[in-house]
Amino acid sequence: MTKPLYRPEEAQGVWVYLEHVGKELTPVSRQLLGKARELAQKKGVHLTGVLLGHEISHLVEEAWAYGADVVLWADHPALRRYVTGPYARVVADAVLSYKPDVLLLGATANGRDLAGRLAVRLRTGLTADCVDLAWEEGSGHLVGWNTGFGGGIMAAILCPYHRPQMATVRPGVFPTPQPQPRRGEEVRLPVHLQEADLQVEVEEEALVPPAGIMSAQVLVVGGRGTGGQFDPLWELARLLGGEVGATRVAVDEGWIERERQIGQTGYVVRPKLAIVCGASGAFQFTVGLQDAETIVAINIDKEAPIFEQADYCVVDDLFQVVPALVRIIKEG
Amino acid sequence: MGEMDLHIIVCLKVVPKPEEVSINPQTMTIDRARARSEINPSDMYALEMALSLKDEHGGEVSLLAMGPPFFEPYLRIAMAMGADAAFLLSDRAFAGADTLATSYVLARGIERLRPFHLVLCGEESSDGATGQVPPGIAEWLDIPQLTYVEHLEVLPHGRVRARRVIDGGYQVLTAPLPALASVKSGVNEPRFIDMDRWLWAMQEAPVTVWGLADLGLDPEMVGAKGSPTVVSRVQQVGARQRKRILITGTAEEEARTLWRFMRPLLEQRS
Repeated sequence: MTKPLYRPEEAQGVWVYLEHVGKELTPVSRQLLGKARELAQKKGVHLTGVLLGHEISHLVEEAWAYGADVVLWADHPALRRYVTGPYARVVADAVLSYKPDVLLLGATANGRDLAGRLAVRLRTGLTADCVDLAWEEGSGHLVGWNTGFGGGIMAAILCPYHRPQMATVRPGVFPTPQPQPRRGEEVRLPVHLQEADLQVEVEEEALVPPAGIMSAQVLVVGGRGTGGQFDPLWELARLLGGEVGATRVAVDEGWIERERQIGQTGYVVRPKLAIVCGASGAFQFTVGLQDAETIVAINIDKEAPIFEQADYCVVDDLFQVVPALVRIIKEG
Repeated sequence: MGEMDLHIIVCLKVVPKPEEVSINPQTMTIDRARARSEINPSDMYALEMALSLKDEHGGEVSLLAMGPPFFEPYLRIAMAMGADAAFLLSDRAFAGADTLATSYVLARGIERLRPFHLVLCGEESSDGATGQVPPGIAEWLDIPQLTYVEHLEVLPHGRVRARRVIDGGYQVLTAPLPALASVKSGVNEPRFIDMDRWLWAMQEAPVTVWGLADLGLDPEMVGAKGSPTVVSRVQQVGARQRKRILITGTAEEEARTLWRFMRPLLEQRS
């Protein structure tokens, strides 16, 4: 057996690694706090949020509001942007001094980047991309459920002898808790970086927090076929109480803000209903939409691959169909 | 880079086609026996990136895989595409490895291939889909990692510049070599097999097989023994199938039909 760095008997508490963008915690961080609070309460242990960055003191209060009892935070110029080296150093040092039982991260690009590095440094097991978490009856181990083989198989994974039990959690699977006016404890983490942690330099970074598209139940999504005319899409979205999203092409053309971009280079969304207008359905786009409950596709090109990914397919001009739909909805 | 030829190591995995894998209802284990295999689709983008860097800078591309002997013909296919040599880490003791044990064995294999400049991996495997092995390898080797990379260039003075695709945007990073990068799926068009290389690849191209003893590894750190995680049970779930109902008529008729289907969905929402 790979030798554990500390034993299960020594381990205590549930930790959540908190990602943030702009001045807010990311949606998956809030969702994780909600789920982890439930897990911590069942065990009667503290929920700790781990927050790294620069000039982030305001996020401590947000972490309390979403459920953290304790916030461990590190503030340092080298932590201004996410880079594996310094982030892994600070989190690994904290884990080895406090010995948490569980460490959860969002299964975002950076969450997975950090989790994969940390799991090896901490010589522990990591269950990736979980869609559910629970305590196992009897043993009290964390059970992470994840999917494999294109989603066709679900597996329950345990890490019985190594701590922390690490898991990354897919964004959108747990509900976002209501923030409460509550205060907890805060502890500043020391930042001791080594030269090897600082070899990677960030030349450029562009990050935008998601607009309402992450939480919207209805999304009207526009692609190249809109030719930049999003007005009918906005009208339909407003009528349905939804939001407007877009493909990368639409964003690159400057037709709409980047925080509405869906897909590999944008956001992964999970609406109940997505109405996709004038998007061909490239893989890089549809991966961001594959968890939508129902997909309607409207496209004038009957060969467009989007129709293979849709529940309801309309081969027609979106500028005819969308206004007609708006009229019909208004009529009731 | 000029002064030196690049040595790029591409980590490859052979995976069962996801749609052909099922669960054996008696044993509740994953049954791959009837599934055909393929090179993990994500790894093809890493291979293509490596081959185009070789086209541009010269040097060599080595393939590295951990798996049973049946991986060999797939490594030969990758050599027919342009790779120069293949190394297969194969031993019964390696079976049942999770990402900790897998990344450990691959990292020890990579150390045997020194000197190297870049290790390229696919972003994730289609069967495990964890994306954890690339950062794990980088940690074992103590080298910088650049994950979810869509573009990578080798700079003078032994550095690389990479553009990472991350949730909500991107980062452009530079790192010293040697470094590891995991390549975002879909960022290039993997090339076809080069028919001029076919015979060489199938018959002469070197495939070196190393086992536990060849690598001098601790049996406690590999395979199922070296894996902290265990699968406690599995269950089959129906993969999502879209309905693909075609709605026809005039735009007005189509909109009416659509609304008939959409309305109940909106009413049941919380």
